[in-house]
This record gives sequence, C-alpha cells and structure tokens, in this order.
Amino acid sequence: MGDAIISVRDLHKWYSGVHALKGVSLDFKRGEALGLVGDNGAGKSTLINILSGVHRADQGEIRVEGRAVSIATPRDAMDLGIETIYQYNSMVPTMSIARNLFIGREPTRFSMLGVGILDQKKMAEESIRAIANVDLHLRSPDALVGELSGGQRQGVAIARAMHFKSKVMILDEPTNHLSVKETNKVIGFVRGLKEQGVTGVFISHNMHHVFDCCDRIVAMARGEVVLDKRIEDTSIDEVHGVL
Amino acid sequence: MKRLFKTYLEKPELAGLILLVLLIVLFQVRSHGVFLNADNLRGILGILPEAGLVAIGVTILMISGEFDLSVGSVFALMPMSMAVLMVHGWPFPLALLAGLLAAAAIGFINGYITIRFAIPSFITTLGMLFMARSLTVVVSGGFPPLLPADLPNWLFTSFVGPGNMFRMSFLWFVAVAVLTSLMLSRTNFGNWIKATGGFLPAAASMGIPTARVKIVCFMLCSVLSGFAGMLQVLRLGSPLPSIGEGLELQAVAAAVIGGASLTGGIGTVMGGIIGTTLIRVIDNGLVLSHVDANWFKFAIGFLTIFAVVANAWMRKRAKAIKMEG
Repeated sequence: MGDAIISVRDLHKWYSGVHALKGVSLDFKRGEALGLVGDNGAGKSTLINILSGVHRADQGEIRVEGRAVSIATPRDAMDLGIETIYQYNSMVPTMSIARNLFIGREPTRFSMLGVGILDQKKMAEESIRAIANVDLHLRSPDALVGELSGGQRQGVAIARAMHFKSKVMILDEPTNHLSVKETNKVIGFVRGLKEQGVTGVFISHNMHHVFDCCDRIVAMARGEVVLDKRIEDTSIDEVHGVL
Repeated sequence: MKRLFKTYLEKPELAGLILLVLLIVLFQVRSHGVFLNADNLRGILGILPEAGLVAIGVTILMISGEFDLSVGSVFALMPMSMAVLMVHGWPFPLALLAGLLAAAAIGFINGYITIRFAIPSFITTLGMLFMARSLTVVVSGGFPPLLPADLPNWLFTSFVGPGNMFRMSFLWFVAVAVLTSLMLSRTNFGNWIKATGGFLPAAASMGIPTARVKIVCFMLCSVLSGFAGMLQVLRLGSPLPSIGEGLELQAVAAAVIGGASLTGGIGTVMGGIIGTTLIRVIDNGLVLSHVDANWFKFAIGFLTIFAVVANAWMRKRAKAIKMEG
C-alpha cells in the first residue's frame, strides 16, 4: 500500500483482562475521508486513542508515511501530524479563541527552557486567518470559546488542526449533541478536508452522517474489523447487518 | 461601545475594584478625611505586601485549579527556620536561601502528593497546615529565638520614597506583582496555567504537562508565603510561631473577592491584590470610622459572598450581550 499515510498491523489492546482490540490491521489512505463505525465497545475508540497517543497498544505496529513510529503521548501524535478532535475535550471554555488555537504550541518571541514571551500579534493574525480558512464566520478571536455554539467550537478545533498542518484529522463523534444545522456544518468541514489534502477519520454512531461525507467505510465489532468497503460498494443496510 | 462594555463586564476583578473605590470614598467621608492622609496610608501600605504576596500565590494556584490551606503555616515556618539557622551562626543570605528552599520543598510535597495520589489539594494542604505549624513550634524549641542585630532591614522593611511613604517590602511586592502578572498574561507558561485550571482534559490532550504546571504553582505559592512571612518577622523584629494563623482563609477570600474562581481557569493577579487591599482597607477603615473592630470578620465574610454574587451576575450580563456572530 504505497499511498497509505498510516498503516497499523496486528494491533492488540487489553484492558484489565478485556481483549478490546484483537489484531486490527488497517490502512488509512492519503486524502481519503474514512468513516469508522461500530457499536459501543466495538474497539473504535480504543483504536483512535492509540493513534492519538492517549493509550499505548500492547502489541502490533504503527507506520506513518512508511516509517515505524512509537506514539507515547498526545504530543508525539501531534508532532507526527495526527490531530484528534473530541466532542468535549479539545477546548478550554474560559479562554479566548486565539488562546485556544495555540494551546501547548504558543508562538514565543524568545524562550528559555521552553518558557517564553507570547507573540500575541502573531497569535491574533494567524487565528483570524485560520478561522477564515475553514469558512467559519466569527466575531473577534478574543471572544471566549465558552460563548460559542457546539458547532462553532468544532469549527475552531478543525481550524486549529488545519493551521498546524495536520496530515490526519481524527474526529471522534463530532456531531453528537449538535443541532441539524450545526451537524451539516461539521459534515461540510469533513468534506472540505479532502480539498486541503488532509486525511479524515470520522467516527460516528450515525450512519447517515458517515455516508454523507466519507469515501470509505470501516465497521468494527468485538475488537475486529468486520467490513471495509468503498461507500459506493456498500449500503447502510449492509453495514447495519454486520454490526 | 457595546464591545468595550462587554469586555469590561467580563473582567473578573471588576466587582472587587468597584467595591474598593466605594469603600475608600465611604471611609474617607466617615473618618473626616483621616483615612487618606499620609500617616494612615503609610500604615496600610506597610503591611499590605505581607498579605498581598500570599494572595498572589494563592490566586495563581487557584487559577491552575488547585488550592493551598498551608500558606499561613509556611508563613510562620520559613522565618522561624531562618531565625534558628541564624542563631546557629548562619549568615543571613544563606539562611534566606535555606528558608526559601524549605518553602519550595513544602510546595513540591503539596503538589506531588495531590497529583500522585489524585486527592483533593484541600485535604493535602489541610494536613500540611497542621504539620508545618507544628514544625514551626518544634524547631523554635518553644521559645522564639532572638534575631541578630545586623539584619539587612534596609533591603526589606526600611521606609523609602517621597515622604517615606513606602517600606522596601512594598517595592518587592510591586516587583513580584508585575512579574507574576506578566507571567500569567504574556508567557506560554501563563497560558498553560489557565488551560490546566480551565479544563484539564483539553490541556492534557493538547500536550500540556499539567502535573508539572500544577506543581510549579504549588511551589510558587509556598515560596511567596514564606517570603511574606519573613517580611513580617523583619518588620516585627521577632519570629513568633503564631504569625499567619487564619491567613490562609483571608488569602482565599482576597482571591475570590478579586474574581478568581474556585474551580480554576479564571482570575488575575491584579484581582488578588485588589481583594487583599479591600481587606486591609476594611480593617483600617472600620477603626477610623469608630465602628466596633469586631465587625471586621463579618465585613470580610459579607464582602466575599457579595463579590462572588456580583461577579456571577456581571458575567451573565456580559454573556447576554450578543455581538454579531
């Protein structure tokens, strides 16, 4: 698979006796939007947590752009260009949009031992551009994230991932608890990823959302991949059938 | 205009600042102009740095999402250990260094235990409150040691400035206030403190070393408290083991009056300073206006609740002002 940006081979994960991943092998292709579906406990969150550095696999290999890698922390994942967007976990509501965009990766004017003076001008300019790039219309970047709607927050999270040139964007249930209008907006973001050359991994319970914006669908059940097809070769009924 | 109004309503220290101005005006009128005269101001500004430095540390720690009840005990333990070392012949600079290191160690223990065992810092530091207070009495041997005569008071407590308005301690206080304010608002570390206290899972998932950030805040809080205790001992001329009792709650009250949130993420150094000043102004102003001084604690308690209610209300109003968007 020459065009795979991430390949995982034979991944296993046990949680205190529970075999949550049973030898998963999967290729994430460059520039593709992949929909990952499955019931609760099917192993999709486990797989994503391993790729985003939250958990470590007990066994198996991960290759990013052909190179074997070890992802021990969320920071390792980000440095490899893998950005994960969670439903709740990626924004600090008491901080401004600009500050949120740069959390943990603040541009500094000079620094000692990793601590330095913030380059606030750069932060303001780049956050305005980053937000505009994902076609999100917001008031100033100084507005608090806590005042944004759920969909707008997802938009800011996506803008952040784009800004840091992520190669793979994992969206973990990004449409949960969103209104129909907001959901459409997020689905629009996912469709937009392809134009920007970013690989998207879209995790959802909602089959319609996945079929709306993905090129390929991977279904998991009981810790294994049970279906892996192009969208045009399958149907919602078939996917439901294997779950 | 609307945006300006909204921005100011969102400032967490606004309620405290308005109350402070109102009270200064009230006390100035009630005391027939004595409150703001030079002698009285000199008195207030002379002791403000001690409680103020503690409040700065407590405020920053609260922004990072943690809490320290042991500051009053560290306030006493640090100068007491210095005094004992100096009695044993240590020179002042070395004793100062040892005292600050001891305070930093206590902060580290507070933070490490809180994070390692995932227990509330309220409990860890409550334990430390008793332990450090007890240690203070133990190292003193029951009798406060005599301070040597040649202490560098010119560096810490002497009066300076126009009309001898300030003590040197006030300059230390201003320097620390400016530096910590800048740290919080202008450095990436300040951003990490706010993110860690604002929403821990987000900070962690973005790769911020949240445990280290919190431990540094614990240590900073302890060191500032110890330093403030030393200033008080130098001012009083004797290391009493009982100083700083009740200071931990006053510092929390100051931080909260200044807009810091108990749940973390919100607050400013300036707010903590405004809160402390408010407490000092009430203490002094009640006496000058011939009000029974026993109302002091009542006033602080009332103000704490009032300031938080006012802040919550203002934040809600600010949120209700919808900008285009």
